[in-house]
Amino acid sequence: MTAPQTDLRRGKRHEIRTYVIGYALALALTGAAFAAVHWPSFAAPTTLSIVFGLALIQMIVHLRCFLHVSLGQSSRDDLLLILFSTLIIVLMVAGTIVIIANLHVRMM
Amino acid sequence: MSAGEVKHAGLNLGATDEDAHEQAEPDVFGFWIFLMSDAVIFALLFAIYGTMLGATVGGPTAASAYKIGPTFAETLILLTSSFTFGMASIAMKHGATPRVLLGWLAATLILGVAFLGLELHDFATMTGDGAVPMRSGFLSSFFALVPLHGLHVLAGCLWLVVMMVQVPIFGLDARVKINLLRLGLFWHFLDIVWIAIFSVVYLQGLIR
Repeated sequence: MTAPQTDLRRGKRHEIRTYVIGYALALALTGAAFAAVHWPSFAAPTTLSIVFGLALIQMIVHLRCFLHVSLGQSSRDDLLLILFSTLIIVLMVAGTIVIIANLHVRMM
Repeated sequence: MSAGEVKHAGLNLGATDEDAHEQAEPDVFGFWIFLMSDAVIFALLFAIYGTMLGATVGGPTAASAYKIGPTFAETLILLTSSFTFGMASIAMKHGATPRVLLGWLAATLILGVAFLGLELHDFATMTGDGAVPMRSGFLSSFFALVPLHGLHVLAGCLWLVVMMVQVPIFGLDARVKINLLRLGLFWHFLDIVWIAIFSVVYLQGLIR
């Protein structure tokens, strides 16, 4: 039994654990979001921000545990690609919603 | 350059298969570019949906057209399929027998088809209740966004079938392994889009 094989086995255990942790966290976050809507205990705007906050956390969990994207171990082009795409998406989505909502208010 | 180095986002083959790991770097990067452009398409459809929330012109509203139960079931099914695909990736990477790998892929495929079945049933119920895309801007934007995700899941299911044929025929060579890595990224990416759909579309519409 050589050292690299032990390393590989440890790596495999670590990878399985990452998926299990990700799955458990995702289940908990999903359950919390649906529970917050199914049994409303806050005002509607508060519930909405809770749901959106949980969704954001769950997306980060999926990226970290299922897609293995992390800030630390990778200083590579694909991290830049993901961050740049996120920037473009935020700009376009926020811009669209602000402009159309503003037009809507002016036309009513 | 050591073979165990992280070369791309996603599960890395690393030292388990050094040649395929070298080859995976440009292949997986190219696939990430596709995924991110796909993410932009979805993001803009979300933006349109956001601006159309009030445009119901007296027709069905979000609260009357959506149901929380089936949405929750679909969410759990897709989430579990992401987990089973992760197990398939690990089986592929660490040289499990083809039977184990095919088993996890088959489990993912069954869950994907179950998701599609539930979603189609939802759409059929909605159109039966008069919530058709032609009714209002709100419903047009809904039927542009959510079924597009469904079409992606369908494409992923077809791709799963192709891989379940490739694995026994070609064996686990570098090309098949990299195909599986890319399919894994695609499948996990679709689950992230679904998080946005159940939060922004369904849960936002159902908040009282």
